[in-house]
Amino acid sequence: MSAVTKAAPEAHASAYDVERVRAEFPILSRSVYGKPLVYLDNANTTQKPRVVIDAVRRYYEEENANIHRGTHWLSEKATEAYEGGREKVARFLGATSPKEIVFTRGTTEAINLVAAGFAREYLQAGDEILITGLEHHSNIVPWQLACERTGAKLVVVPITDEGEVPVDEFEKRLTPRTKLAAVSHVSNALGTVNPVKTFIALAHARKVPVLVDGAQAAPHLPLDVVDLGCDFYAISGHKMYGPTGIGALYGTEAWLEKLPPYQGGGDMISSVTFEKTTYNVLPWKFEAGTANIAGGIGFGVAADWLSGVGLAAVAAHEHDLLVYGTRKLSAIPGLTIVGRAKEKAAVISFVLENVHPHDIGTILDREGIAIRTGHHCAQPVMDRFGLPATARASFGLYNTRAEVDALAAAVEKVREVFG
Amino acid sequence: MTDLRDLYQEVILDHNKSPHNYREMPDATRLALGNNPLCGDKLKLYVRIEGDRIADVAFQGSGCAISKASASIMTDSVKGKSLAEAETLYGKFHDLLTGPPDVKADGAGLGKLAVFSGVREFPARVKCATLAWHTLETILKGQEAIASTE
Ligand SMILES: Cc1ncc(COP(=O)(O)O)c(C=O)c1O
Repeated sequence: MSAVTKAAPEAHASAYDVERVRAEFPILSRSVYGKPLVYLDNANTTQKPRVVIDAVRRYYEEENANIHRGTHWLSEKATEAYEGGREKVARFLGATSPKEIVFTRGTTEAINLVAAGFAREYLQAGDEILITGLEHHSNIVPWQLACERTGAKLVVVPITDEGEVPVDEFEKRLTPRTKLAAVSHVSNALGTVNPVKTFIALAHARKVPVLVDGAQAAPHLPLDVVDLGCDFYAISGHKMYGPTGIGALYGTEAWLEKLPPYQGGGDMISSVTFEKTTYNVLPWKFEAGTANIAGGIGFGVAADWLSGVGLAAVAAHEHDLLVYGTRKLSAIPGLTIVGRAKEKAAVISFVLENVHPHDIGTILDREGIAIRTGHHCAQPVMDRFGLPATARASFGLYNTRAEVDALAAAVEKVREVFG
Repeated sequence: MTDLRDLYQEVILDHNKSPHNYREMPDATRLALGNNPLCGDKLKLYVRIEGDRIADVAFQGSGCAISKASASIMTDSVKGKSLAEAETLYGKFHDLLTGPPDVKADGAGLGKLAVFSGVREFPARVKCATLAWHTLETILKGQEAIASTE
C-alpha cells in the first residue's frame, strides 16, 4: 500500500515511459465523436494490451479444446495453457501454490463462494460478519444473503468525512461473535487505500479470518498475499488489463480445504455414484463445469504483463496523476472532491455545484472523455456523504497528465453549458 | 457542442434551475415514487385527481437536468387534463424521444415538451426524460396509491 503514496512520484514518473505503455493498447488510438479517446473509467474496467488480445485469439485459433478431460493433443495444450494462467496469477499475488488460486468469474463470484461456504459451515444465529462502510455492493450483498440464511448479523465499520476507515473503529467492532471480516483493499468509489495489513493483524489476534476485496488494488499496487497475511483475496481479471468473465479467489490451502464446494457439476468431482460423490482436490473442487479457458489464459498473460511493467512504477505514475489531477480539479470553482484519504489510489470522485453527475458524464462523453457517474455500486458510500451520485475519474497505467488537462477543460465546458 | 445544445436547450436549463410545481402536496389523492437506479435519480410525484381530471400535480426529488426539467414540464403539461389526454400525451412524448436520431422530430401537438427532441441523439438519456412520465403512468394505471408506496 505504502508504495502508492510513499514512492517519489516525480522521479519514477520520468523513468516510466507512458507513451511506450500506451502503444501496447490498440483501443487507445481510436477516437470517439471525432475526439481522441480519453479513457478515465479504469476502476470500472480497464483496456487490454495487445499481448492479452493475442493470447486469447491464439488460444481459439490454435489450441481450442476442453481441458482436464481430453486424451488428445489439443486438450493437453489447452490444459497446459489454462493451468499456466493459474500459475501466473498465483505468482502475481505471491501465493504459495497455484492450488490456492480458484478461478472465478470475477471478484463478485469469489466473494460469493466464500460467503456461501461460510453460511453453510460456519455461521449461526448471533454470529457477526464485519465489513466497512466503504464496500462495493459485491462485498455487502453476499454477506447479507449469508446473514439472512443463518441469522448472523452484519456489522459495519463507519467511515470518516475523508472516506477513511479508522483502525480503532475497526478494532472496536471485533468481538467474540465476529466470525469473519471482509474489507476492501482499495475503495472503488473514493480511492481510499485501507490499512488492510493492520486490520488483518488485529483480526488474527482474535482468530478472525479476513477476506480482502482486492478488485481495485491488484491493478495499482504491489501485492503479496502472504505478506498481508489475509485468508482470502478476491480479484477481477478485467480490472487488471485482462479479459472479462475471469477472476480469482486466493485462499490459504487450510481454508480452501475446509470450505465446502460452491457449485456442483463436472470437473469439481473425483468420483460420482448415486450414493456418494467425492470432491476433486484443490483448486478444482471449486471449479464446476467447463471453465472460461480463454479467460484464464488471458488473465495469466495480463498478470505477467502487469508484473513486467512493474507495480511500483505503475503506482508511482498513477500517484503523480492523482496529485496532478487533484490539484487541477480542485482549482475549478464549485467542484468538490469526495474522498480525501491520506492513502489514496488514483481515483477522483467529484461533484459540481448545481450540476448533476449524469449531466457531467454526458458532456464529457461528447468530448471523448469516458468517466463513470452514479453510485459506483457503493450506495452506502453515497448515502454517507448525502449524495445521490458522483462523477468519478479513475486512472490507469496508460493515462497521462495531458488527459488530466483534457478532463479539467471538459469540466470547465460543463460549467459553461450550465452557466 | 451543437448537439449538446440540442440536448441542453435553454428551456431545459431554466426548468432545471427553477422547476415548476416543485412542492409537497398535502391534499394529493395519489402518490408514486420514481427511481432510476442507474443515475440515482429519485422522484416523488403527487397528483390530485378529481373525477377523471388531473386537478393538480407536483413533484419533489433529486435528479439530473433532463429528468428534473422533464418532470417540471410534464407537470405543467398535464395539469387540468383528463387521464386519457395525459395518456395520449405520454405516447406522443415517448415517440419523440425514441424516434430515429437522424430524423428531426417535429414535436407536433407536444407544446413545450418538444424541447426534448434532442434527447433522441443521446440514447443513454432517454430514461432520464421518461422517469417522471413512467411515474405518472403508475398513477394513471392506478397501480400505486399513497397507502401502497409509503
Ligand atoms: C471494490 C470492488 N469490489 C468488487 C467489484 C466487483 O468486481 P466484478 O464486477 O469484476 O466481480 C468491483 C468492481 O467494480 C470493485 O470495484
